[in-house]
Amino acid sequence: MPRPPSPSIPEKEFLFSSLKESLRLDGRQPLETRTPILTFGPDLGWVECAMGKTRVLAQVDAKMVKPPPERPLEGMITIHSEVSPMAGTEYEPGRPSDEEVNLTRMLDKVLRRSDAIDKESLCVLAGQRVWHLRLTIHCLSDSGNMLDCACLAGIVAFKHFRRPEVEVVGDEVIVHHPSERAPVPLSMHHTPFCFTFAYFPDTDTAPVIDPSYMEQRISAGLISIALNAQKELCVIQKAGGVPLSEEQVLAAIDIAVNKAVALDKLVTKRLEEDWKGRKVEVR
Amino acid sequence: MATTFILPGERVRAQHVNLKLGPGLLQHAENDQDTKIISTKAGELQHSANNSKWWIEGNSKRYIPAPQESVVGVVTARSGDGWRVDIGSAHPAYLDGLAFEGATKRNKPNLKVGSLLYARVSLAHKDMEPELECFDAQTHKAEGFGELKGGFMVRCSLKMCRLLLNPNHFLLPLLGSRFPLEAATGLNGRVWVSSKETKHIIAISRCIESVDPDGGGMDEAGVHQFLGTLDI
Repeated sequence: MPRPPSPSIPEKEFLFSSLKESLRLDGRQPLETRTPILTFGPDLGWVECAMGKTRVLAQVDAKMVKPPPERPLEGMITIHSEVSPMAGTEYEPGRPSDEEVNLTRMLDKVLRRSDAIDKESLCVLAGQRVWHLRLTIHCLSDSGNMLDCACLAGIVAFKHFRRPEVEVVGDEVIVHHPSERAPVPLSMHHTPFCFTFAYFPDTDTAPVIDPSYMEQRISAGLISIALNAQKELCVIQKAGGVPLSEEQVLAAIDIAVNKAVALDKLVTKRLEEDWKGRKVEVR
Repeated sequence: MATTFILPGERVRAQHVNLKLGPGLLQHAENDQDTKIISTKAGELQHSANNSKWWIEGNSKRYIPAPQESVVGVVTARSGDGWRVDIGSAHPAYLDGLAFEGATKRNKPNLKVGSLLYARVSLAHKDMEPELECFDAQTHKAEGFGELKGGFMVRCSLKMCRLLLNPNHFLLPLLGSRFPLEAATGLNGRVWVSSKETKHIIAISRCIESVDPDGGGMDEAGVHQFLGTLDI
C-alpha cells in the first residue's frame, strides 16, 4: 500500500489559519495538554493510557534469567513496541515507518537509559539470577502524539507493576507466589515524563504542546522533552528542520517542567486509587 | 421486529422474488441449486418493509467502497488521463478525467495533488480498484459533485456520516440555525464543512466529534448545552 497523502490543501490552509489565531481544532489552548485517562487492568503492570483518541496499552512482566557475564550485578529491561495497522491506516505490518523507529528509540531513551528503574535492585544472586523485565507497548489508536502517550503508559506500567518476593538461602533461590507473600514494587529512581511540542513553518504561529494528528502532520518540526517532576532533564530530541533559538527551547522546557509536576500528581493519585481498590491477601 | 445482531459468516434467511442485497451481505453459491446469503460484516440486520431489500448496519472506522455511495476524497497523484484519489479504502480509487460535467478530451478540470473532491463510487468490485465519477451517469449533470474548495474535512466514524446523511437527524439543521454553513457528507467517514468564520468550522467539527457514537454519542439536548459553552 502506498504512503498516505499529506493532508489535503483545504485542510492545511484551514489549520494554518486557525493556528495563527491560536485556535485549535479540539478547543484547547496552544499550551494545554489533553488530560490522560489511565485505566488499570486486572493484572499488576497492565495499563491503558488514553489521550483523546490516542490509546496505548502497556504491559510489564518479569522473568528470572542468567545475567550476561559483562553485567553480573544488573537486571535486564527490554522494551517491545510495535505499531500495527490497528493504530492507523498509514502503518504497515513488517516494515517499520519513520515514526515507529522514532517511537522505539525514544521509549528506549526515556524509560530504559534514563535509569528510571534501579537495575541493581533486580539482581537476585550475583552472576546467577537476575530479573528480566519486559515491557510491551501496543499502540491501539493514533490520534496524534503517540510518543508521549506511550512513554506515560510505559512508566506508569513500571510503577504499577510488582514483582514476586524472592528469598535466597545459600545458593538456592525461592520465588514466593503472590498468594504466599505480597509482591514488591520495583525500586525506581525517578519518573520521567515526555512532552512533545510542535512548531509550524510560519514563525508567527505559536508552538503547540501535545499536537493532535493533523497538527503533527502539518508541523515543520517537533521537539520532545523528557523530564521528571524534580526538574531533572532526561532527553531532548528535536525532529524536523525548523530552526529554534535557545530562548524557544528554554521556554519549552519551562512549560514542560510545570506540566511534569501536574502529571506526576495525577499519576500518583490514580495509582493510589487503584491500589486502594485492590485487595491483596497476605498470609 | 426485534433487532438481530449478526456476525461475519453468519447465514441470513432473506427471501423475496426480487431480492436486493445491500452492503455487508453476499450471495454465496456452493453449487447451482444451493445458494445462500451470508453476512460479511458485523452489525444489525435490517430490511425494508416488504422484505425485498436487506442490508447490515454496523459501525467501523475503515471504509469499504460500495457502488453509488458518495465519498469525499483527496487527490494523491495524476495517472494517465485521470487521477488517483484516496477515499480511505484499502486501495486508491481511480477518477477518470472525463467523468465530470461537460468534460471533453480538450477541456478537463484541472485538479492539483491535494485537492478535495466530492464524488460518487461508480465501480466497486472486490478484485478491481474502485472507480469514481463526478456526475450523474444518466443526466451528465454535476449534481453537486466536483472539487471542494476551502473549508475543512472532518473525519468521523462510518456510522456518524450515515447519521448526518439522514435528513431527520438533528445536528446539521441545529448548527444551520446558529450560523450559515455548507456541508458535503461522504459515506467514507469524511465530512467536508465550510463556513465563513474559523470558529464556526471548529464548532461544527467539535459537534460532529461529540455526537459521533464512536466518541461521545451526545444527544440533542447535550449539543444545545455544548454549543452554549462555545464562543460562537
